[in-house]
Amino acid sequence: MIEAFLALFPAAVLAQAPAIMVAAPMLGAALATVLPGGRPAWVVALFCSLITAVFAFVLLFQTWGGEVISYAMGGWAPPLGIEFRIDGLNAPVLLLLGVLSLLGVIFALPSVADEIAPRKQSLFYATFLVCLTGLIGVTSTGDAFNMFVFLEISSIATYILVAMGAEQDRRALTASFNYLVLGTIGATFFVIGVGFLYMATGTLNMHDMALRLVELDDNRVVQVAFAFVIVGLGLKAAMFPLHVWLPNAYSFAPSFVTAFLASTATKVAFYTLIRFIFDVFSVEAPFVSAAFVWVIAALGVIGMIAASVQANFQTDARRLLAFSSVGQLGYMLLGLGIGTAAGVTAGVLHLLNHALMKGALFMALGVFAIRYGVRSINDLRGLGRTMPATASAFSVAGLSLVGIPMTVGFVSKWYLVSAALDRGWWWAVAAIAVSSLLALGYVGRLLASIWLQSPPERALMAAKDRIPVMMLAPMWVLAIANVWFFFDATPIVELARGAAEAALAGAPR
Amino acid sequence: MVELIAERFAYGVIIILMMTGLYAVVASANLVKRMVGLGLFQTSVFLLYITISKVLGGAPPILEYPFPATPDETVYSNPLPHVLILTAIVVGVATLAVGLALVVRIREAYGTIEDGAINEADYALDTERAGR
Amino acid sequence: MTVWSVELALVAALVIPLLGGAGVVALGRHPNLREAATLTAAVLLAINVAYLVGAAEARPEITLVHIAPGLDLAFRLEPLGALFAAVASGLWIVNSLYSIGYMRGNEEKNQTRFYLCFTIAIASAMGIALSANLLSMFVFYEALTLSTYPLVAHKGDARARRGAAIYLAILLGTSIGLLLPAIIAVQFIAGSTEFVAGGLLAGAASPLAAGVLLVLFAFGIGKAALMPIHPWLPHAMVAPTPVSALLHAVAVVKAGVFAMLKVGTYIFGPDLIAAAPTSGALAWIAALSIVAASVIALTKDNLKARLAFSTVSQLSYVTLGVMLASPIALLGGALQIVMHAWGKITLFMCAGGIYTATKKTEVSQMRGLGRLMPWTFAAFGIGAASVIGLPFFGGMWPKLFLTEGALDAGKLILAGALIASSILNVAYLMPLVGRGFFDRAPPAKEIRKPAPVLAVLPPVITAIGALLLFFLVGPIVDFLSPVFGLEGGGAP
Repeated sequence: MIEAFLALFPAAVLAQAPAIMVAAPMLGAALATVLPGGRPAWVVALFCSLITAVFAFVLLFQTWGGEVISYAMGGWAPPLGIEFRIDGLNAPVLLLLGVLSLLGVIFALPSVADEIAPRKQSLFYATFLVCLTGLIGVTSTGDAFNMFVFLEISSIATYILVAMGAEQDRRALTASFNYLVLGTIGATFFVIGVGFLYMATGTLNMHDMALRLVELDDNRVVQVAFAFVIVGLGLKAAMFPLHVWLPNAYSFAPSFVTAFLASTATKVAFYTLIRFIFDVFSVEAPFVSAAFVWVIAALGVIGMIAASVQANFQTDARRLLAFSSVGQLGYMLLGLGIGTAAGVTAGVLHLLNHALMKGALFMALGVFAIRYGVRSINDLRGLGRTMPATASAFSVAGLSLVGIPMTVGFVSKWYLVSAALDRGWWWAVAAIAVSSLLALGYVGRLLASIWLQSPPERALMAAKDRIPVMMLAPMWVLAIANVWFFFDATPIVELARGAAEAALAGAPR
Repeated sequence: MVELIAERFAYGVIIILMMTGLYAVVASANLVKRMVGLGLFQTSVFLLYITISKVLGGAPPILEYPFPATPDETVYSNPLPHVLILTAIVVGVATLAVGLALVVRIREAYGTIEDGAINEADYALDTERAGR
Repeated sequence: MTVWSVELALVAALVIPLLGGAGVVALGRHPNLREAATLTAAVLLAINVAYLVGAAEARPEITLVHIAPGLDLAFRLEPLGALFAAVASGLWIVNSLYSIGYMRGNEEKNQTRFYLCFTIAIASAMGIALSANLLSMFVFYEALTLSTYPLVAHKGDARARRGAAIYLAILLGTSIGLLLPAIIAVQFIAGSTEFVAGGLLAGAASPLAAGVLLVLFAFGIGKAALMPIHPWLPHAMVAPTPVSALLHAVAVVKAGVFAMLKVGTYIFGPDLIAAAPTSGALAWIAALSIVAASVIALTKDNLKARLAFSTVSQLSYVTLGVMLASPIALLGGALQIVMHAWGKITLFMCAGGIYTATKKTEVSQMRGLGRLMPWTFAAFGIGAASVIGLPFFGGMWPKLFLTEGALDAGKLILAGALIASSILNVAYLMPLVGRGFFDRAPPAKEIRKPAPVLAVLPPVITAIGALLLFFLVGPIVDFLSPVFGLEGGGAP
């Protein structure tokens, strides 16, 4: 089947796949800028994300079984030229990006039409495409400085997308500004780290760097570089306690932006963390393995409890889910901190699964918003009666977040707890149990409000007559995926396992 | 001692600039001043890159045309960091532009660019909504 | 050509109720046809399970879904599960008949949703009964919790919603916080979660680790209602009576203690439980639950609340049997599941019948009613006698075996607790029957409308069942004996 799919494309196209992935949305962005209205720009965005999704599959199939694609950008051979390097680790992330951006764009048309002024819509889609370009670039590139540039391309676009929420609530502006300040500091920290690495190794190609770092375990410059890189990327990934920008950014951004960012942007930042910790640096370096227990795993555990507690006290539904995202990131960090193949598998698995859950949840909130303009948990009252189908999809994804069986959340927890036990970390298992109970608490609050409270008067008034199918379809695809991948977990588990293998392969020591 | 400081003089300047910038970001309530601090912070990193590219006694990495067929014995400074920083400056300018544009929009929406006043306005709005 | 096979029958046990549920939804607009769909599914399921009981010797198994390497949803038939499936499917027929009478008699709303959730709950109970490993059991365990939640909240008023929220919070909380880590720990220690004769962990886990896991399981299986995690059961009393019957007798609590029994028998094995340092303490907690819940039941005037605490007490017998971990005590625990089911469902259906006819819920209001509702009160009397454990009623056997098990283990005080509880049972169940018949009859207008036949007949059937079980215990014991390594069985 894989051969049949790949045979659809000419060999020349297949060879250029990494470049096409990043070039399509970039050119699309330029085109969308000059288009007059929202709808033509949307068509461009849809087309570009479709190309992205298709080529994400192409790259995944090409790297299936441990193959590594090295693409020399512009024909300049690595390590001097910029290399795009696709292996088992970033191919799944690219797939996530491709599929979720496609679903997101389908969802976007009605949602954006509702929330963004018509004359700004084409620019909005252009910005979205720039953001997508950046995210794909970050994921594909094999060059550390190039990664910084793409990281900033996606971040700057993200600041703008978040600020677009100002038409609904002016606090989007301050949220975006704070995000910009912190994001820039994070990126600058990262670039300082890259500078130190360049000082120590004389190369910017990450694969080359990894080979040279093997002999530099005791080098102080390398160790400082590690610290800077972790802090910088941790800030982008909203690692606790560097998450303060995230709750406001997610709560005030337009619905589509939140759904897209929650399922992709932090995931990509998290991927860069894995890439640096495991691939560029090595688990076997003493300063890295010390950081596993005392920094990565510790912050993961603290984050998944503290942020879940905070989530329990929120009144705004999107803010609640934003804190939940920080908490869920704790699970992934814990997986990394375990530091074994099983741990990284669990971390990547939860990365994929969490994208499915949060994508569905934020899309469902977007559907609620377009119908009733609701934001706070209190406003969700009685939606189980007025919008039973959407409420069901929301509930499925919510239960997945808790980790109820028959949802993917259960599979994540299973692998994570197994990995922790394998390492003998009973305290981590206890922390996962506590955090799951806290998740049950906040998801329970949302579901109780939706299903158990009686709808307020306004719900009886005729709101927007029908919810557009284009919003419902992607939401249901994600909600069903939450259940589907429990019963057939093999594909995502295999993806995660392949990613872990690629991450741990690293440089030979 | 003097030698030690003299060797690392550039780093000292960079650290002072960096900390000044970071302090301005954290401490100033005025959003524009915050952007200035951010710019300073980024610029100090540009300097760091430029500093490391200098090779002691190295000539500027400019070759006469036609290029020599065999590498000559001249020691050149490393040109790559300059190129990198050229890109980083572009990124910095873009960030600054977006940041200042946001400040303009905040000024339109809130009528102020002081952090405290903005928080107060949001808080007042929140309590008013809760009261309603 | 034989298309039919035992493996298919295993799948059918799960599919028949679900198809019944689909039928219920499809025929939602025609109440008579809808109820016919439920009944048809119930009868078909009972036949299917009867067939499975006959085939249990061969231990057939089938993998339903292959989730990921090492993780399977699978069914395997063994005597304990077959017995639980038989009890649940048999009582489902009676309960469906009764539901029709009760729901129509009280003109409840949302009946389609009610019957649909009921079928899903039965399917989940079948899944628990037949599951081949802990993972499958956990999946169906949670499905049962979620599918019964709308049933508990059925009335939809503030009290029902609050009760249902507590129900869900306690059951989901304990299962995710304690049971799931325990299951994953078992997977880690033993390399699988299969139910294995003699105990999966036997020889694999140290007594200390087994002790910790035993505590996690005992409290993680919240449905077993071991004190102090029992409050969900009294709170769930806001549900309509057929649901209470489902919770107490057919599926939910029964699924909890059955899971406990299955874990004790096939995961730990009697020897490991006996060696575990915590099993003694857990046996004491179970004994304390038995006595304390009986005392609380005595103080309750609301009949359903009284029955609820009676369930907490009676089902801790099973946990006690598991913790005593001798073959005779485990057999007693298994029998208690069967006998208590028939006795308690009778009591609940009688309580519902009284409510349907008179709208009375308090014990103190029911004096003399027996003269107006002789059938209902007679059935209640028989059910009560069986629950108490009087001779010539089915409920006597498990108590006998459990007391014997406690005495064998040299734990006189535990045996004393069992006897004390039986005396308390008499004190809180029998006065209702006695006063019902011997106090002066209230005026006949107390009966607002006569209870429908379908609300009177089912408890009479189950009461007769409780009587018959006294004599039918021999085959059941013979059927179960191989599981616990008993020769031939110790019953008449």
